[in-house]
Amino acid sequence: MRFAYFALSLFFAMLMPLRLAAFEIEDSIFYPATDGLVTLQIISTADANVFEPIILEFQQNNPTINIQYVIASSTELMKAIHEEAAVFDLAISSAMDLQTKLANDGFAQTYTSNATETLPGWAIWRDQIFAFTQEPAVLIISDAAFAGMTPPETREDLISLLRDNPEIFDGRIGTYDVRISGAGYLFATQDSRNSDSYWRLTEVMGRLNAQLYGGSGDMIRDVASGELALAYNVVGSYASSRLAEFPDLRIVRFSDYVNVMLRTALIPKNAENPVEAGLMIDFLAELNQRPELTELTSLPPINPAQLRENSAARPIRLGPGLLVFLDRLKKQNFLKNWVSSMEQE
Amino acid sequence: MIFGQKTNSIRRRLIVQLSLIAAILSFAFYLIVRVVAETAATETQDNILAASATSIADALYSERGLVNLELPYSALSMLGSISQDRVFYRIIVDGETLTGYGDLPQPASPIAADPVFSTFVFRGEEVRSVAITRPVSSGGQAVNTTTIVAQTRLGLATISSRISATAAAVGFGFFLFAIGLSLLAAQSALSPLRRMTQSIQRRGPHDLSPVKAALPSELVPLVGALNNFMNRLRSSLAQSEDFVAEAAHRVRTPLAIVRTRAEIALRGMEKPSDKKALREMIRAVDESSRSAGQLLDHAMVTFRTDNLLAKNFDLGELTRDTCEHLSPTAGLKDISLLLEIPDKPYPFVGDPILLQNALRNILDNAIKYSPADSEIIIKLTRDKTTEISFGDQGRGFGAADLGGLTKRFSRGENVADIVGSGLGLTIADVVARAHQGHILIRSNPEGSGACVSLILP
Repeated sequence: MRFAYFALSLFFAMLMPLRLAAFEIEDSIFYPATDGLVTLQIISTADANVFEPIILEFQQNNPTINIQYVIASSTELMKAIHEEAAVFDLAISSAMDLQTKLANDGFAQTYTSNATETLPGWAIWRDQIFAFTQEPAVLIISDAAFAGMTPPETREDLISLLRDNPEIFDGRIGTYDVRISGAGYLFATQDSRNSDSYWRLTEVMGRLNAQLYGGSGDMIRDVASGELALAYNVVGSYASSRLAEFPDLRIVRFSDYVNVMLRTALIPKNAENPVEAGLMIDFLAELNQRPELTELTSLPPINPAQLRENSAARPIRLGPGLLVFLDRLKKQNFLKNWVSSMEQE
Repeated sequence: MIFGQKTNSIRRRLIVQLSLIAAILSFAFYLIVRVVAETAATETQDNILAASATSIADALYSERGLVNLELPYSALSMLGSISQDRVFYRIIVDGETLTGYGDLPQPASPIAADPVFSTFVFRGEEVRSVAITRPVSSGGQAVNTTTIVAQTRLGLATISSRISATAAAVGFGFFLFAIGLSLLAAQSALSPLRRMTQSIQRRGPHDLSPVKAALPSELVPLVGALNNFMNRLRSSLAQSEDFVAEAAHRVRTPLAIVRTRAEIALRGMEKPSDKKALREMIRAVDESSRSAGQLLDHAMVTFRTDNLLAKNFDLGELTRDTCEHLSPTAGLKDISLLLEIPDKPYPFVGDPILLQNALRNILDNAIKYSPADSEIIIKLTRDKTTEISFGDQGRGFGAADLGGLTKRFSRGENVADIVGSGLGLTIADVVARAHQGHILIRSNPEGSGACVSLILP
């Protein structure tokens, strides 16, 4: 999915001569509205094919709003807004920690509406960050590789399983490379906070020559093809959207705990169209009233009842706690530990 | 002037002053609660900030000669658990920023054993910050580290505005309640005054006895002064009555002597003109003597009604006695007194001397205003009330105001040729009222003349 960004930045330079697009983008798509009057600039980490149904439905309701949809990785998004003061009306990211830092450091606007007030307390922070999806981190397994074995229910089960069957799993385990993936780092740090078993699991995976990935999509593809027997900490919504495509794929939700990532939106301080951005936030906050979009996008909307039913599900808490793992030394130490666990000789 | 009139009401003044006091107290309450609440909220934030900074400082360690930090998750998450405030931190080792927000200012006095708190504006918002300075052993020597944790005060502002709103509501409620209470207090404080006013208003016109009701101590001087005044008024009234009685008494004796002398002189007179002059003189002396008698009667009546006797006696007998007593006077004018008194007892409780005086004055009046050779009918009837009526055949009252005739020194319009003091009916009236009765004056229903009735319960 990664395009040469040079041509695109050139395109941007022509479009907006003042913007210095030093941050790296993956794609930029313009969605003209039927009676387009203003253009809502969205920077997002979500792929266009995931988000497009939401944009089109939004424009059905708001026919005067064109949308410029810019896709970037979460770190580039952070860079664009935090360091380069790039002008966007809405920043949508799955990296809750970076979004929290943006709001904490004063790069987000406060916004309240009837729609945002319906959000549960854990899905909103400072009236600046608004969660609109709840996406669990899951284990996906290949049915073929697990033939004759009971899928693990907890991380302890998984550790024993891996230890007992190195011949099956050697080189066939996939997980995020937390050094390059924001979501992977978020899941890994939350794991380390939630349970002591995380470091043992990392060591076991390292010993079995785990394959490291930058995104969930590639892991799903490789499990489906049988190249991998399992992939740990895959974003559940991506996996469920591919289930029909790959019948061999199975999703395992652990019963000890399941980290639930919240995809969030915020209005940057220097937004040019904050009113239209607010409309989009209202639309996103009310996604749970549009089951057809949930089906099209596979993005599970905020649903407190569902979380209450599953006591293992733990939505990652928005707030200053997320800043801890962004601390320079903390991150350095964490990655050092992770590398030494993962890459042992 | 209007203001002065307004504050003339003690009740209003009490209410206004109590309300003012309540308003001041309510406002003071509001301020105190606010200050206390804000102090408490600030202290809470300070405590959490200090706990956060301490846990960070505790996590500082030395590794291969360098100070390192394992930032505890709880250090920042605890700050997020009380409010949604922005959080900043900075760790300084030997003057260099180890990690955190490099632009977060250091406290003015960086070397202090205790946490140093300060409030300043950082990145466009007011923050509360704490700094903890402590040495960390690194490579065999101690290096100075400063841990600064700062938090915006949005949560604090929310808490204090909520407490302020509650305090304002409670203060206002307290104020309203106090106004209600001050209305009640004013009412109750002034109720003895109202009771006293009512008890004085209920008194009869001649009641000058001292006020004896139980009184609050503040009213005692006022009532004492009032009693004192009434006492003086009563003694002054008594003095003037005494004076009148004394004067009348003193005038009567010389008058009697003058009359005797005049009668003796009359017998020695030959000339009809001299005789006529002497007779007129005797008549004038008679009238003066009678007036003096009435003045004496009046003084006596006034004295006795103040201390009314309650004696059992027969009204019929009293009336007959009175008529018998006056029949010589009637005889002089050839007036016959016709008594229509049924021969049965009419028991009555009262002062017989007063009543006899009243009856005598009414009858005396009737005789005086009756023409010679006429009749006066005296009737006694009793159904619900007892009525003793005296009907004469005189000239009646003409167009005079009948009610006004019982006033002291008031006389009918058509009596200019007859000498009189105007006290007769007044005496009768005073006596009747002292016995809860009254005098009824009307024209004689049986023919010409007047009819005066004494009506007793």
